Amino acid sequence: MASKRLGKQTIKLAVPPSIISAYTIVGPKEGEGPLAEYFDSILKDDYFGEDSWEKAESKMLREAVKNAIKLSGKNDSDIDYLLAGDLLNQIISSSFAARELQIPFLGLYGACSTMAESLSVGSMLIDGGYADTIVCVTSSHFSSAERQYRFPLEQGVQRPPYAQWTVTGSGASVLSAAGKGPYITYITTGKVIDFGIKDGNNMGAAMAPAAADTISAHLKETGRSPGYYDLIVTGDLATVGREITIDLLKKEGYYIEPVYNDCGIMIFDGKKQDTHSGGSGCGCSASVLNGYLYKEMQKGNLNKILFIATGALLSPISAWQGESIPSIAHAIAIERTIQGVS
Amino acid sequence: MKTKMSAKEYEQYIKSKVPKPNTLKNCIMAFIAGGLICDVGQFVSNVSKSYGYNQEAVSAITATTMVFIGAFLTGLGLYDRIGKYAGAGSIVPITGFANSIVSPAMEFKREGFVFGVGAKMFLIAGPVLVYGISTSIIIGILNYIFAG
Repeated sequence: MASKRLGKQTIKLAVPPSIISAYTIVGPKEGEGPLAEYFDSILKDDYFGEDSWEKAESKMLREAVKNAIKLSGKNDSDIDYLLAGDLLNQIISSSFAARELQIPFLGLYGACSTMAESLSVGSMLIDGGYADTIVCVTSSHFSSAERQYRFPLEQGVQRPPYAQWTVTGSGASVLSAAGKGPYITYITTGKVIDFGIKDGNNMGAAMAPAAADTISAHLKETGRSPGYYDLIVTGDLATVGREITIDLLKKEGYYIEPVYNDCGIMIFDGKKQDTHSGGSGCGCSASVLNGYLYKEMQKGNLNKILFIATGALLSPISAWQGESIPSIAHAIAIERTIQGVS
Repeated sequence: MKTKMSAKEYEQYIKSKVPKPNTLKNCIMAFIAGGLICDVGQFVSNVSKSYGYNQEAVSAITATTMVFIGAFLTGLGLYDRIGKYAGAGSIVPITGFANSIVSPAMEFKREGFVFGVGAKMFLIAGPVLVYGISTSIIIGILNYIFAG
């Protein structure tokens, strides 16, 4: 087995890269939520001065990248790769932003798991010696996602109580070989898991088994216990998915509840903001990671976290054809210090 | 993960985890909202009757007015808010039909008048029209054969 591999899914980075800067930009609704103070920029208008939601989403992603690079003290020309992905067909938010950014670009698709996927690939590129500085970014937009996956906005339909609300937001991280942390120390790459859920409104239940599978693989292959982490945080399982994940992991012998939360629950106040089960979308985990989690790690309030972004790999076509929802979850361990890495 | 569940077992299991819609409350809301919309329709119908129009004209005036109201409220961005509480109460009446045509037309304006508004306008109402018209043709043929 390759020397840096710990098992079937987990790798240990020999020279853990640092997240040297992070930037978030969110929509007005997210800016009214409980994490508002942690976001770098809150839009007043979700069109962001553009004439379509798709353009607005792409602009958010582009601005997140530009500002993250600025915060890191680097220039655009110092960036070796841009790793990006989003929810729109053919990942246009990312590639249209890359058209302007002119940074070598690798487009990724992992649905809402893209933040962890891009950080995983970026860390491996840096640890492998193929890059010094990389930007990882993803975005989602409530209105562009709704029209692609669900109903026109003005249509008078009721959302079921377990439905989730797509986050309008983008988050970018700059990874560097040289930095003082927080470090990405371990990566557990998920497998595609499908327990047969077909209801596109019930994403939490569809993705929870994938999250449980990846968390269980991570803990098993690293030999760590859930208590090792200050926080185990999933991307967008929301209230329903969180409970299922706790249950499924209990069956595996892991009791994660005391240290476990979900970005989809953290980003909105479900009762006040009428978001039902919670937030979802690539921008959900991206903005919580690069906003709240990154800043709390810098302050020292969080030292070791396991970040698991979860993605539902369906398309509108597969849903119309009656297919169930395959899901994936990728985990990365982020630590303020690297004593744990020999 | 060691846990393996069949799709059926998992579906059974998540039933206990998923919050259920409040059916009784939803029914009452739909009943009230749907009833109010019908009241408005009846009002329009009575008023036009009092102007001396025949039954055919009254039906046409009422349907046109209600479609206009539905479309207008959709354009103002209010119908979706009504729908959030009223559910089927605002979907089933003809105002809901207007909403289902106007909302995609608004949504897809950005894609142009041909491939956007024109092509997507009947995204939701299209199937209703296809099967509504097909059913009426079948009933018409049956009526011609057996009752004609």
